[in-house]
Amino acid sequence: MVITRKVEFSASHVCRDSRLSDEENQRIYGMAANPHGHGHNYVVEVSLEGQPDPVTGMVLDLKELKAILEREIVEPYDHRFLNYEVPPFDRQVPTTENIALDIWRRLEPRLSEGGRKLHGVRVYETPDLFVDYFGETTCSA
Amino acid sequence: MFRVTRRYEFAASHRLHSQALSEDENRSLYGKCNNPHGHGHNYVVEVSVRGPLDTATGQAVAIGVLDALVRREVVAPFDHRNLNREVAVFGEIVPTSENLGVEICRRLKRNWAQSFPGEWPKLEKIRIGETPRNIFEVRADEIE
Repeated sequence: MVITRKVEFSASHVCRDSRLSDEENQRIYGMAANPHGHGHNYVVEVSLEGQPDPVTGMVLDLKELKAILEREIVEPYDHRFLNYEVPPFDRQVPTTENIALDIWRRLEPRLSEGGRKLHGVRVYETPDLFVDYFGETTCSA
Repeated sequence: MFRVTRRYEFAASHRLHSQALSEDENRSLYGKCNNPHGHGHNYVVEVSVRGPLDTATGQAVAIGVLDALVRREVVAPFDHRNLNREVAVFGEIVPTSENLGVEICRRLKRNWAQSFPGEWPKLEKIRIGETPRNIFEVRADEIE
C-alpha cells in the first residue's frame, strides 16, 4: 500500500551555472536564469510504501509523518533563498529535479525503516511543472 | 531516474459523430456531444517524460525544448480550432478524448528524435482531460 502526504513551502532560487556565460544560462534555464532570483510556492508529495500495522491499522502515524516532513523539508526550505541558504544548492543548481533528489536524500533515512520504504517524491514547482523521483533505478525504457 | 511532467492547455470545439452509425445511433450513443453545431472544452494535457539526471545542468529534461515541441505539434494546431473541421485526422475519426490522446502521443513520438536526438529523455505518457472530471491516459509504448 502507498500513502501520500503533501507539504508546501515557498522559496526563491536562481537556475544558473557560474561557469557558463549569460547566453548559455539563458539557453538552458530560460527565465529561471535571472541572476536576481525569483520564487515559487512549491508543493511536495511524499509517498510511503508499507503495510498497515495490525494493531494501529496505520502504515505510519500521520502525525509522525507530518512532523518528519516539517523538520526535514519545511524548516530548512521555507522562506529561504535556496542558492544562498540551503546546501547543497550552494554547489548544485536548484532545478526541480535536484530539489526532488535532495528531498529524497533527506527523507530516505527517516522513512525507510520498520518494513516501510520511501516510494516516491513529487515536487511541483508550479501547477504546470512537476517532477517525480523514485530513487536510484536502472535506466530501462 | 526522474519523471518530469509538464501541463499544457488548449481550447477547442468538437462534435462526436461516427460516420459508421446512423443519426439515431449517434444521438443515443454520444448524447449532448452529438449536437450538430459542436461544443468546446478547455483541454488540459500533461506530458510526462522520463530520463536520468544530466549532472551538468541538474535537469532530466530541457523544458524549453519540450515546450517548443508540444506548442508546435499540439497547442498551435489545436488551440481555438474546430477539431472536426480543422485538424485533418478528425475528418476521418471521431475526436473523442481517447482518439485525441492517441493523436497527441503520436505527434510527439513522430517528432521526438528531432527535438531529443539522444537515448534520453524518453516520452513516457500523456494524460488529457476534456474537463477536470474525465481524464484519459495514453502510454507512449501503447501506440506505434
